Amino acid sequence: MSGSRRVSVEEVRHIAELAHIELTKEEETLFTEQFNRILDYFSKIDEVNTEDVPPTYHVLDLVNVYREDEAQEPQIKEDPLKNAPKREGRFFKSSRIV
Amino acid sequence: MMTAAEVSESIRNQDISAEEYLSSILERIEKIDEKIHAFVTVVKDEALRRAREIDEKARKGEKLSCLAGVAVAVKDNICTRGIRTTCSSRMLENFVPPYDATVIEKLKAADAVILGKTNMDEFAMGTTTETSYFGATHNPWDLRKVPGGSSGGSAAAVISEESSVALGSDTGGSIRCPASYCSTVGLKPTYGLVSRYGLISYANSLEQIGPLARTVRDCALLLSVISGHDSRDSTSVNLPSKDYLSSLIDDVKELKIGLPREFFEEGVEEEVKGLVLKAADKFEELGASCHEISLSTMNYALAAYYIIAMSEASSNLARYDGLRYGYHDENNEGDFDTVFSRNRRIGFGAEVRRRIILGTYALSAGYFDQYYMKALKIRTLIRRDFEKSFKHVDVIIGPTMPVLPFDIGERIDDPLKLYMCDILTVPANLTGCPAISVPCGFVNGLPVGLQIIGRPFDEETILRVAYTFEQNTEYHKFRPPI
Repeated sequence: MSGSRRVSVEEVRHIAELAHIELTKEEETLFTEQFNRILDYFSKIDEVNTEDVPPTYHVLDLVNVYREDEAQEPQIKEDPLKNAPKREGRFFKSSRIV
Repeated sequence: MMTAAEVSESIRNQDISAEEYLSSILERIEKIDEKIHAFVTVVKDEALRRAREIDEKARKGEKLSCLAGVAVAVKDNICTRGIRTTCSSRMLENFVPPYDATVIEKLKAADAVILGKTNMDEFAMGTTTETSYFGATHNPWDLRKVPGGSSGGSAAAVISEESSVALGSDTGGSIRCPASYCSTVGLKPTYGLVSRYGLISYANSLEQIGPLARTVRDCALLLSVISGHDSRDSTSVNLPSKDYLSSLIDDVKELKIGLPREFFEEGVEEEVKGLVLKAADKFEELGASCHEISLSTMNYALAAYYIIAMSEASSNLARYDGLRYGYHDENNEGDFDTVFSRNRRIGFGAEVRRRIILGTYALSAGYFDQYYMKALKIRTLIRRDFEKSFKHVDVIIGPTMPVLPFDIGERIDDPLKLYMCDILTVPANLTGCPAISVPCGFVNGLPVGLQIIGRPFDEETILRVAYTFEQNTEYHKFRPPI
């Protein structure tokens, strides 16, 4: 356990990119150190035999809850875009995507 | 100070006016909240307008509902139409929801008065209410200590009489922990009992909205109002509504109470254990029988919980792009990915970013089976363990928190050490079981909470056990020296 690094700084940088979160240099180092301690603790679960055990995504035995497709009074009566930082008319305004 | 039940009755009988009652609460907030910092937002004018409306209804002889004029403080991750809802995050600092959460609609229909929004750990990720962008909440019993979290503002407001009752949310203990640390009652309902529509998601398969109050009766009253089926939340269960006040019976005779060995092991402070065992003696004295049980999967609950919670968080918080709403850096140049990533660095605090990144890792190719899938399977084993125990006992009791309230700043730099504080509360979230924390004593002036866990959808029994304990002890009568 001790000394075995589970993630490297490069990996943390890569995952942060996937998660769309910018990190500063200091954070990359700090997070890597913290992640390794946390992941070491998580590795406890390796001890448990879970062969043939189904996963629990959810504690309720509900599947596919349907309701009638009927028009209802809208609950939101004001401008739904009012919290948008940048907009043009009825549209959100984004930075260049491609 | 009157309970919510008494306030509502007095207002309905016009013995007091909703306005004068509310004014006394607003004065209290004005006087002490700069020391406690329980609130992020207080909606003074709107609350007063609403109180006058209720007085008017009372004068006209219109029928008023069960929370008539009762001031409710709402955790700031529950959407309130026209009142900013921040999750104590810079990301949502200026977010004003255009709709009410279902629980808010229900409170309004019950003639309650929404007082304001309470401070919390950012996006409910924490155990101390220290990670709030707006600064920490202080424990009213000792201002140097943490109030617990993540619903720390709600619990601190209730015990220091800045509100009658409050709503919190509980993903891994976030109602019960601050209830324990502030000496209030706090209940996490069975998963599916209370609608999550309008609750800003953190880990949606684990969390529930629930009440915090100074008495078990007020807790039951608030639960009766907020529970019930909601077609807008597909995980809300369609069961007949219940009046939980009818479960308040001062009697535990012949009830079987389980004490899991694993709730009293290393890591649980001796003084805390002592008070909880004293509570068990009390129950025996009152005619219940206590049995030592074992929940052998407890050892893995915390790791499984954090893997699942972080994985769900990484997905739920992917929506914050700073484009449709939320923090947006004005000088942010560059393409979409760059802008998106920068908005999220500045908008989210360190703990939120840590959990999103670790959750992304646990869900990523190559690690999915090792972490996320494995945790879900362990969740099944933990459920089985609890189901098996509930064949032999009616409720399970133990401490709510393994340690006493600690100093602000003491643990915040060590995430893993903080996570460890949730070891006794996460099982109820993983299994969906209802659980309540009630005051069970003090150590050097700091409160200790007794946790009572019940079978799914058997809120009645945990309320009955909590009520009996309260009626036969004095701890709920103490108030912090503030």
